[in-house]
Amino acid sequence: MALYSDKVMDHFQHPRNVGKMEDADGIGEVGNAKCGDIMRMYIKVDHDTQTITDVKFNTFGCGSAIATSSMATELIKGKPISEALTLSNKAVVEALDGLPAQKIHCSVLAEEAVRAAIRDYYDKNNIPYGDELRECDGHCDTCHQEHE
Amino acid sequence: MNVYADNAATTAVSDTALAAMMPCFQEIYGNPSSLHTPGQRAAERLAAARETFAKYLNGDPREITFTSGGSEADNQALRSAALLGARKGKKHIISTKFEHHAILHTLQALEKEGYEVTLLDIPPDGVVTAEQVKAALRPDTCLVTVMFANNEIGTIQPIPEIGAVCHEAGVLFHTDAVQAVGHLPIDVQAMHIDLLSLSAHKFHGPKGVGVLYARRGIALTNVIHGGAQERGKRAGTENIPGICGAAAAFEEACVNIEKNAAYLTPLRDKLIEGLTAIPHTVLNGDAKRRLPGNVNVCFEGIEGESLLLLLDAKGIAASSGSACTSGSLDPSHVLLALGRPHEVAHGSLRLSLSEYNTEAEIDYILKELPNIVSYLRDISPVWDELEKGQRPHLI
Repeated sequence: MALYSDKVMDHFQHPRNVGKMEDADGIGEVGNAKCGDIMRMYIKVDHDTQTITDVKFNTFGCGSAIATSSMATELIKGKPISEALTLSNKAVVEALDGLPAQKIHCSVLAEEAVRAAIRDYYDKNNIPYGDELRECDGHCDTCHQEHE
Repeated sequence: MNVYADNAATTAVSDTALAAMMPCFQEIYGNPSSLHTPGQRAAERLAAARETFAKYLNGDPREITFTSGGSEADNQALRSAALLGARKGKKHIISTKFEHHAILHTLQALEKEGYEVTLLDIPPDGVVTAEQVKAALRPDTCLVTVMFANNEIGTIQPIPEIGAVCHEAGVLFHTDAVQAVGHLPIDVQAMHIDLLSLSAHKFHGPKGVGVLYARRGIALTNVIHGGAQERGKRAGTENIPGICGAAAAFEEACVNIEKNAAYLTPLRDKLIEGLTAIPHTVLNGDAKRRLPGNVNVCFEGIEGESLLLLLDAKGIAASSGSACTSGSLDPSHVLLALGRPHEVAHGSLRLSLSEYNTEAEIDYILKELPNIVSYLRDISPVWDELEKGQRPHLI
């Protein structure tokens, strides 16, 4: 289908790191079933090096929601948390060779899922963090409109 | 295997229709408005096509206006009836919540122009009743417009009964019959239909051709202004190839209507039976009072666009009412009107068959679909919560 790039279709049809993680150190869930997208991201963290050693995801949503989740997991796997926190939705879009304009919000959800998982890890381990790791309010329209 | 199961979106042009069109490009290419022989040859074809539509709708050729398609016919029907109503001081229109956007958006435009619109609720079986229409009638009602069969869920509305209620009350009755024409027998006299819209590409005719049937005595208002074509009611040189193809397709569909329904109904029912055997799957709309080729189900825990993409990868062309496919944040207004919650409506799938589909294709769909649904459910956090009991099953 011409709607999506080959890379999006590849990540949609053959998603990387898909599945659940029973012993996750952090779990982040963003989106809302009513709006049609939910992403749940699991991370495993090496506490000494503060590195994300493993990532898994589950996504309910359209082709691009699944593809952006998959790409986001690839981009943060094996990376220090500090680097994962800099992952932008734009980077996810670029890595996928672009997304249709009406699908950009999927990449925003992917970015937020990563941050939500890291925030959950910080919360569970009493690691302080700043306002920049703000919580998604779960209201889809907010996400759809505020990000590029 | 490639399976085209999106015939409610559009159909392949039939051999008969194509054969009727071909001479109209290089042999009979005259303008029907021209006085010379080439022009008059085209005018003859136009007249013959008009007679074909009149014959199978049980109307008169003078009641047939060719348009660019179903949407234009809907716009013109509603605008015409609304203007006639306004002249008598009647500016109330009754319709339903699950009409096509060609109706709903025209009604919204009319509301801005001072008309009042009542949209009837959709019962859970997807079939509105004549009683609902009767209860909504007011002294200032000028028009009732109810679709013949719904484009998404295929449910067939009680058109003769609604028509009778309208005529008893002296109110004009329009039906958007785009999905029904060529698939269900239609008789404008017996069904008390004043205005009817149809579109050729839904029954193996070409795209870009529609018909507005308007009972004699109902003055049409122009949507397209210009020349005197179509008795001055629709300007623009007639699309002779398209109109000839439309008439040929229409005749072919009407002649074979019972045969096609007898062929399609068991295929439809086999598909419904197979799909609803998948856990937490529900059929949308009444199982029997639906178009012979329409299947529409919701699968809980998954989203329609990803389902369509995976079906496409298997060669199966289908459609969904999910938000991602509707181009807005909301899923199908039809499924919402039917009472499906948003999260369920996102997981909808429409398979619409034509007589060109085969039983082997149905078997192929039934072989592939359950695997695709399982795969998407396996990666869905919503399904995970449903299975763990953290979220209640809605279907």
